[in-house]
Amino acid sequence: MVRVDGGGGAGSLIQIRGLDKTYRRGGEEIHVLQGLNLDVDKGEFVAFMGPSGSGKTTLLNLLSGLDVPSRGSIVVAGDEITHMSGNKLTEWRARHVGFIFQMYNLIPVLTAFQNVELPLLLTKLSKSERRKHVETAMAVVGLADRMDHYPRQLSGGQEQRVAIARAIVADPTFLMCDEPTGDLDRKSADDILNILTRLSKEYAKTILMVTHDPMAAERAQATLHLNKGVLVEGVAAAAGSHV
Amino acid sequence: MKYMPLIIANLFRKKLRTALTIGSFAVALFLFGLLVVVRGAFSQGVDVAGADRLDVINKVSIIQPLPYAYRDQILRIPGVKAITFDEWFGGVYQDEKNFFPQFAVDPDNQRVVYPEFAIPEDQWKAFLQDREGAIVGSGTAKRFGWKIGDRIPIKGAIYPGNWEFNIRGIYQGAKDNDDLTQFWFQYKYLDERRQFGKGLIGWYIVKLNSPDDATHVQKAIDQMFANSPYETKTETEKALASDFAKQFGNIELLIVSVGAVVFFTLLLVTGNTMAIAVRERIGELAVLKAVGFSDRFVMFLVLGESLLIAAVGGLLGLGICKLFTLGGDPTHGFLPFFYLPYPAIVLGIVIAFAVGILAGILPATGAMRLRVVDALRRV
Repeated sequence: MVRVDGGGGAGSLIQIRGLDKTYRRGGEEIHVLQGLNLDVDKGEFVAFMGPSGSGKTTLLNLLSGLDVPSRGSIVVAGDEITHMSGNKLTEWRARHVGFIFQMYNLIPVLTAFQNVELPLLLTKLSKSERRKHVETAMAVVGLADRMDHYPRQLSGGQEQRVAIARAIVADPTFLMCDEPTGDLDRKSADDILNILTRLSKEYAKTILMVTHDPMAAERAQATLHLNKGVLVEGVAAAAGSHV
Repeated sequence: MKYMPLIIANLFRKKLRTALTIGSFAVALFLFGLLVVVRGAFSQGVDVAGADRLDVINKVSIIQPLPYAYRDQILRIPGVKAITFDEWFGGVYQDEKNFFPQFAVDPDNQRVVYPEFAIPEDQWKAFLQDREGAIVGSGTAKRFGWKIGDRIPIKGAIYPGNWEFNIRGIYQGAKDNDDLTQFWFQYKYLDERRQFGKGLIGWYIVKLNSPDDATHVQKAIDQMFANSPYETKTETEKALASDFAKQFGNIELLIVSVGAVVFFTLLLVTGNTMAIAVRERIGELAVLKAVGFSDRFVMFLVLGESLLIAAVGGLLGLGICKLFTLGGDPTHGFLPFFYLPYPAIVLGIVIAFAVGILAGILPATGAMRLRVVDALRRV
């Protein structure tokens, strides 16, 4: 279940309360997020939509511990991350967050296998264990036969699938997708969305996705709209506070 | 070690740039090695000089002779253990380019005063029994392909005529940096045949009972021959070698200056390369941080790349320099101590690492401080 009224229970995987984010540009204060509340249960697939500058990516950055809020609290799987130090946040991200970016952001000098293996280098897994994990993740995204390919040898859709494999290989608590289909053609975008849907339904992965694409948002179980720093419920559930 | 593929892969991102940077290190360290070798060649005489030996030369100049008759008088001074003498011959073997130092020596005492030159006993005996016999250093023997029994013609430059010698022995050094280029023959052979300068020698080498005797023996010798037609100047072997090296100017300052300029330039080149390497992959570094790699890891990643370049380039340059010096003195005699010692190789590696760290520290710190959110926005 996804709620934006701050009424979610303690069992929610993600709990956001009174979240503010303010930037100072010149002498002017820009309120990107204002008093935002959000509860997301485990296994939910949530899409965030909104016009450019509405604060979607800022919200994702805060949720994934890449940025710190001006006020409010974020609790993920019982961890209050808002007051963690930089190093603690880095460790926390390694354990809990899988990132999928619009531009894939693979390391071009590493093979698909090595790119996917990167998050596992931070664990104590042996080389053979890491290999098993990578092979499993690559199989999930349907690229088991492309492990030794470099990013330049892959299509955009394939690169994004490798990025998904990298995001899931360490079995994080949730996936953070920032416009995952924004740079892809329709067919490749559908392939990516199919994988995300499968991860949500078959593997009960919690997925938070920012998108401009209504067709992508349709795949999510819930769609939230950000407008001028305020989170409002999706069209499908506009009538109530439950989405 | 599990991060090594990441460091190596990054170096192969721009192969030409990496190769050129490694090449810069290699050239700089080759030059460093060569400067050390040249410095050593000029000053090695000082380093290998015996602490218990004095050189007695003519007060006017080393090229002025001294009487053979001084020998017994010096030997009577308390503290003197042994004495020998040398005479510079200065002949030409086939061509003037084939230079090597030739000395007429005192065969009775040469080995007593210079125990560091190893000659098999049977060869030494054969040398003593042959008035035209000669002992040659293994370096010169190898250079001209001489072997024991060969008859060597040398054209006299100071003492005219064609002189012929029989190679009776080949000496080796006790240390890597001993001079293996010398050619010794019997003084009596020279003194009998030469038309002038009979009864004169070039200089004396005095072996002391103890290095502590140096000061008073030095003073005693020079006082003994003061106001004579052949006044003496007595110095420790080290001081004489040092004076000789100084004749060529301040080699040390020249070498330090050239070395400093080379390494400063190298620092700028490598620093610039690393700065560019970091700038063009800010997005990737941000992704590494996003997925959980720490700021410190990213810093060490960049420093690791810089150090790896320094290590590969440094070892390459020093290795080539070592190989180059193994070929021996390229001037064929002017720089007999043409040798790259292992401490210099270690120093070169330390300098290469220091330059690698200095060149990488600024870009590495920048990478460490990189804010993920800002960097991802730029991608």
